[in-house]
Amino acid sequence: MKKWAILFLLIALQIPASVKAGEWSGYFSAEGRLFFNDALHPGQREQQAAFSAQPEYHHAWEESSFTFVPFYRLDSADAKRTHTDVRELYFLWYPGAFDLGIGIRKIFWGVTESQHLVDIINQTDLVELPDGEEKLGQPMINFSMLRDWGIIDFFILPYFRERTFPGRKGRLRSAIPIDTDQARFESSAKKHHLDLAVRYAKTLDYVDLALSYFRGTGREPTFLPGTDASGNPVLIPFYSQIGQTGVELQWVTEEWLWKLEAIHRTGQGESFEAWTGGFEYTFTGLLETQMDLGAIAEWLYDTRGDKATTPFENDFMFGLRLAVNDMASTELLIGVIQDLDHASKMLSIEGGRRLTDHWKIEIEGNLFIQQNTRTLFYDLRDDDFLQLSLLYYF
Amino acid sequence: MKPLIFVSLSLVFISLTSFAQTPEEKGLEIAQEVSRRDDGFHDFTAELTMVLKNKQGEESTRIIRNSTLEVPGDGDKSLIIFDNPKDVKGTAFLSFTHKVKNDDQWLFLPALKRVKRISSSNKSGSFMGSEFAYEDITSQEVEKFTYRWLRDEKIGGKPAFVIERDPVDPNSGYTRQEVWYDQKEYIPLKIVFYDRKNALLKTLTYLEYKQYLGQYWRADRMEMINHQTEKSSVLNWKNYQFKTGLSDQDFNKNSLKRAR
Repeated sequence: MKKWAILFLLIALQIPASVKAGEWSGYFSAEGRLFFNDALHPGQREQQAAFSAQPEYHHAWEESSFTFVPFYRLDSADAKRTHTDVRELYFLWYPGAFDLGIGIRKIFWGVTESQHLVDIINQTDLVELPDGEEKLGQPMINFSMLRDWGIIDFFILPYFRERTFPGRKGRLRSAIPIDTDQARFESSAKKHHLDLAVRYAKTLDYVDLALSYFRGTGREPTFLPGTDASGNPVLIPFYSQIGQTGVELQWVTEEWLWKLEAIHRTGQGESFEAWTGGFEYTFTGLLETQMDLGAIAEWLYDTRGDKATTPFENDFMFGLRLAVNDMASTELLIGVIQDLDHASKMLSIEGGRRLTDHWKIEIEGNLFIQQNTRTLFYDLRDDDFLQLSLLYYF
Repeated sequence: MKPLIFVSLSLVFISLTSFAQTPEEKGLEIAQEVSRRDDGFHDFTAELTMVLKNKQGEESTRIIRNSTLEVPGDGDKSLIIFDNPKDVKGTAFLSFTHKVKNDDQWLFLPALKRVKRISSSNKSGSFMGSEFAYEDITSQEVEKFTYRWLRDEKIGGKPAFVIERDPVDPNSGYTRQEVWYDQKEYIPLKIVFYDRKNALLKTLTYLEYKQYLGQYWRADRMEMINHQTEKSSVLNWKNYQFKTGLSDQDFNKNSLKRAR
């Protein structure tokens, strides 16, 4: 990783004759997390405060660009959450008929809101937030061809990033801590296994369709029981070699957005399928105001049932997204995911409001309700929290 | 041959003079002429600032870059990139407008690297919290309205046609609009918007027109006033560049993702 970084910085400094001068942007953030209940697991700190920074350097020429986005977080409670990452560090060449990107990038695939099944290129930076939306930078060569019949993307992924997990002192962790230092791999090449992916995407009038295939180290680990150096029980992540076929489908008609994501995965135990499907309906100009309200409903299913490695083996998600459309761009998203086989549910809230051209506040929170020993959020049952962040953008 | 041409010319002459044109025909004819005079610009880019002002006089500024590609036989393609406020920097909006069917729209969210499809019903929704609705800023295709000429009158000393146009799409936020077109250049000078209940909603004034490439008129300043909320939004355009060599390759999901 470090060698890549140095190489790219050297190349960047060598290139003269810029078309658009390089520019810095990005943000600093200070956040506090309030947990409503006392910590459940031994060693956990009660409350958490953190600072993070994500500057962004971008330099564009006529048909190419260079991007560098480092990230740093300092956490008051959890040493595992204090971490540095290179989110992006890459060259992009776009002469017209194709895009060629080389370096560390973030790529998103998917259409649904409640979870992102198909999205597999980047590893989840799980210490950031339990919703898994934050991702680690992924080294890659990406060749994207633009044709009348669609866009086809090829990915060569030469290095694997391990998932991050909260440490012993952190909240929002499993009862038995996860020891990432002992991570095991099915492939003898370990993190250097060459992973490959391809994705085809096409828009046909009101339908956006994408098909993808990934072959390589699965981003989602399973866990093996073990002990750490002091003999305490730990969970050891195990990364299998998998093959995953993905489908993304979206159909737009007036106020409705119909969405489907489905995967078929082999190599991680028995092969299985999982899907998320549903709709988003938008009420534009709610109650004769400038506000828009979106109603989201999705069904989440995994054919492994209770053996699924995700908490969403047969669940229903309902959410409301309010966009106030005021000067401050106030937004609020409230969602509940109800387990259809058990009583358990998870409530989540996300919101933001701009204070000035540079300052913004955000809230984020989760409630884990009626969790029982058979649900995967059981260990988080006392980790209901609300997080308030103050961000400075530049 | 000569007599034939003579006959056909005189037929045209007769059709223009001896049959009275209905107000609907005259309105449509003016709208078609407005569209025809703006044909062939191929593409343009521009930078704009949008100043939002609320009832209390508080202001907030958006900075945006726009590229537009003319599509022969269909509506324009456009890409809008946000530079300010800083928290939305890098957000980009791609739209393919169509003459008859619903427009296609996608939004790129840079934090998640996610391209989101936007449902076409948002046309009456606010653009960036401003008094401009999406349907006010996307390309004004002739087919999107039915027309009726109302009267001729002077506005700001200039002779103008006053046309009523009614949106065809039931998702529009308006029952009708009254448009004042300059009689010499066939460019809009003012639009008055009436909401779904047919009550006066907004007035848009086009100011400081400049002509580009000896043909295409663009207003440097567009002022929108909402009479119901007393809020206003002003769009200031600058650095218009025409025929910059943009093509379809600059208006797709890949270019949306790398726009910043």
